[in-house]
Amino acid sequence: MPQTLFEKIWDSHVVVERDDGPSILYIDRHLVHEVTSPQAFEGLRLNKRGVRRPDLTIATMDHNVPTSDRSLPIVDQISGLQIKTLEKNCQDFGIQLFDIKSPYQGIVHVIGPQLGITLPGTTIVCGDSHTSTHGAFGALAFGIGTSEVEHVLATQTIRMEKPKPFEIKVVGKRKNPRTITAKDIILSIIRHIGTDGGTGTVVEYRGEAISDLTMEQRMTICNMSIEAGARAGLVAPDQKTFDYLRGRKFTPKNYDELVSKWQETLYTDSNTSFAKSFTIDAGSIAPQVSWGTNPAMVCDVTESVPFPEEYAKGNEDQRKAAEKALQYMNLKAGTQMTDIEIDRVFIGSCTNSRIEDLIEASNVIKGKKVASKVRAMVVPGSQMVKKQAEEMGLDKIFKDANFEWRESGCSMCLGMNPDILASGERCASTSNRNFEGRQGTGGRTHLVSPIMAAAAAIKGHFVDVREMELN
Amino acid sequence: MEPFKKIKSIVTPFDEVNVDTDQIVPKQFLKLIHKTGFGKFLFYNWRFDSNGKPIQDFILNDPKYKNSKILITRDNFGCGSSREHAVWALKDYGFFVIIAPSFADIFYSNCFKNGILPVKLDSKTIDELFQTSGEIEVDLEAQKIKTSTKTISFDIDDHRKQILLKGLDDIAMTLEYENKISNYEKRVMTPSLL
Repeated sequence: MPQTLFEKIWDSHVVVERDDGPSILYIDRHLVHEVTSPQAFEGLRLNKRGVRRPDLTIATMDHNVPTSDRSLPIVDQISGLQIKTLEKNCQDFGIQLFDIKSPYQGIVHVIGPQLGITLPGTTIVCGDSHTSTHGAFGALAFGIGTSEVEHVLATQTIRMEKPKPFEIKVVGKRKNPRTITAKDIILSIIRHIGTDGGTGTVVEYRGEAISDLTMEQRMTICNMSIEAGARAGLVAPDQKTFDYLRGRKFTPKNYDELVSKWQETLYTDSNTSFAKSFTIDAGSIAPQVSWGTNPAMVCDVTESVPFPEEYAKGNEDQRKAAEKALQYMNLKAGTQMTDIEIDRVFIGSCTNSRIEDLIEASNVIKGKKVASKVRAMVVPGSQMVKKQAEEMGLDKIFKDANFEWRESGCSMCLGMNPDILASGERCASTSNRNFEGRQGTGGRTHLVSPIMAAAAAIKGHFVDVREMELN
Repeated sequence: MEPFKKIKSIVTPFDEVNVDTDQIVPKQFLKLIHKTGFGKFLFYNWRFDSNGKPIQDFILNDPKYKNSKILITRDNFGCGSSREHAVWALKDYGFFVIIAPSFADIFYSNCFKNGILPVKLDSKTIDELFQTSGEIEVDLEAQKIKTSTKTISFDIDDHRKQILLKGLDDIAMTLEYENKISNYEKRVMTPSLL
């Protein structure tokens, strides 16, 4: 029977198949970070259990690490304790850790692919919903809760009901690949299918516009699958995938052999039926900006803030949600998006903190200055991204424009470290969630692409980046 | 985990759609390293003002619902972050049952690991329950909800049901398949990270 890529990966990892409940699935890579793991290790200790496969487990610290000078001690003592706890847990259970001083430290979903930990056809889990990022390499990768982290540590497996395959086709070509980015594609998809459009499914992104994307751009797309409610999102691996992973720190020695095997198996068979399908024309997509408090509340930069009735299309729950969102965001329906002024700019997060993101943003700001009332920061996704950017002189471009150039981490995507918005501050952010208070209690987040964020930093308000000169 | 018993309680009508886990437990409370004591942080930014004073018109601050064990809400409850802290907070606060038309996947799964029963019902039945005053009884064994006027049946995966009813430990159950896991490892040889 013809199968989807997702089903093939699923089937090849089933340890125990059950019709009357969840199957038991083998996990190839388990990524661990400081925030969702302490209680899992505590559970292991209480039950006198060990880590079954420390050799398939990797840890780093990213969520609450400061992005200021790494030679200084961590001021926030509670964060410090969480970081120390991860160090101790990794030591006690024999897990490789890339700590705050390591050249490999970074956002777990940035370093996974950079280090060749992420591989096509594998199962990857992490106690973080954006684990879906790794699906860009044709892996089945999804976020899990802390109890499941403990389960994977103890058994190297997970119990799970099989999700349904969901095909999202992005057909055609983007009008201008320099100004219409992967972020605009995924925001546009979520805007159409809603924050629960993918619930219970694993998305496979297909179509010409997806094939056209670089690996980093595919990561941006897969990263935000969870914002549409999907547990995972993936793209079938191709030559770009195989080239990207070649020769990295953990790339297996028998790589060519593996690539041949992947080429034979890792694709969706023709004539396969998906449980669900959605098609969007890449040529219809404009730069996107979110106006509300969830990632489906998004419009084109050329549009105005919608009226709740118009947004809700007759759904009373949605109308109320939109009204509440506008109140929280302090926005008036009918306001042109380009008239909205901002206080802060954040370029970073597991969605958009990779080298290509930084290059694109630097092309917008080169030789310009951040608007005087705006505070802007760049937080590279990993120490490796930071180093590469510095070698290219990008740090200088950002600093000359009055951007802050920080150390790597999750930073202001979720504001667990000192990088937060003050109440009432409005931010153009390249992150993934515009939930109330996400970047700081009372803070207001607008999700955009790196070039849109960079353009907003220069002008002090949202602008249609298509009208700007790019270097 | 404690076995799940019949729950009888008044219902807290929480009329919000797409409630994300950032609202259920804001990030400033994710730095703790134990599972206990999260109840006081539940819906923190909606429940308390910037001085930590209860916001009067937020539903959890209405004394009427003080001892409620059942939360009823709208579509896509628990979306966003995978943080299990959201479930720990709901449980610690005193909720044992959450009723909604739909839940986000990771949140739904996290509930069963912590003795919370998430019940999916159609929107029309949910609308009716929003109007119910007085206690209702949730009987997981019988898969029924009894109000003063009617009895509503609900579906649940039998395996998940047994986990709650018997308070089973997932890990212990999986380790019963030790042989199969070892055989898989011998057969497949996943590339190591050492």
